Amino acid sequence: MLVWVIRFLVVSLVFSMIRVVIGPTVADRMIGLNMVAAQTLALLVTISVSMERSVYLDVALVYDIFGFLGILVMARYFSGRKGEL
Amino acid sequence: MNIVAGVFFGLGVIFSIMGNIGVLLFPDAYTRLQASSTCSTTSVLSFLIGCMFITGWGPMFGRLLAITLFFFVTSPISAHIIARFAWKNGVVAWRRISPPRKREPSNG
Repeated sequence: MLVWVIRFLVVSLVFSMIRVVIGPTVADRMIGLNMVAAQTLALLVTISVSMERSVYLDVALVYDIFGFLGILVMARYFSGRKGEL
Repeated sequence: MNIVAGVFFGLGVIFSIMGNIGVLLFPDAYTRLQASSTCSTTSVLSFLIGCMFITGWGPMFGRLLAITLFFFVTSPISAHIIARFAWKNGVVAWRRISPPRKREPSNG
């Protein structure tokens, strides 16, 4: 059962990357990156549960924190540039 | 326990498919943001709760609980940050174009 969840999450990640590639504005790409980060978190947790190694759960927690900080930093960096949107 | 975990995984798969279709098909940044927030919050929480039912009580359960609480707090916050960024930088909201008026041109 976990193997099929991992396969589904990998395919779903590829479909989420389409919006990052073709997004017309910066906000669309940030939406796609947010979804990719969330599904990567689910993929890491599922892999660690299927291999029964608790070390990968710490990796997943750190990845979640850095995904949130990445969205914050991108929103601060791109704000105030109306001409480049 | 495996049956309950399977039910939660099925819910997560359904929500993830719906979120991906919404993000690919919706016409605007704000509507796409709604579909993306649905997908990322609900489906990932379903996957995490299903993994909790598989692992059972133990040290992995505590780590999964910490990840779930942190993700449950930060996912709506990041969606709100993106919406505020789009609103402040002038992304125009999508409107349905009004249908053309069927008025006959008067020829004098």
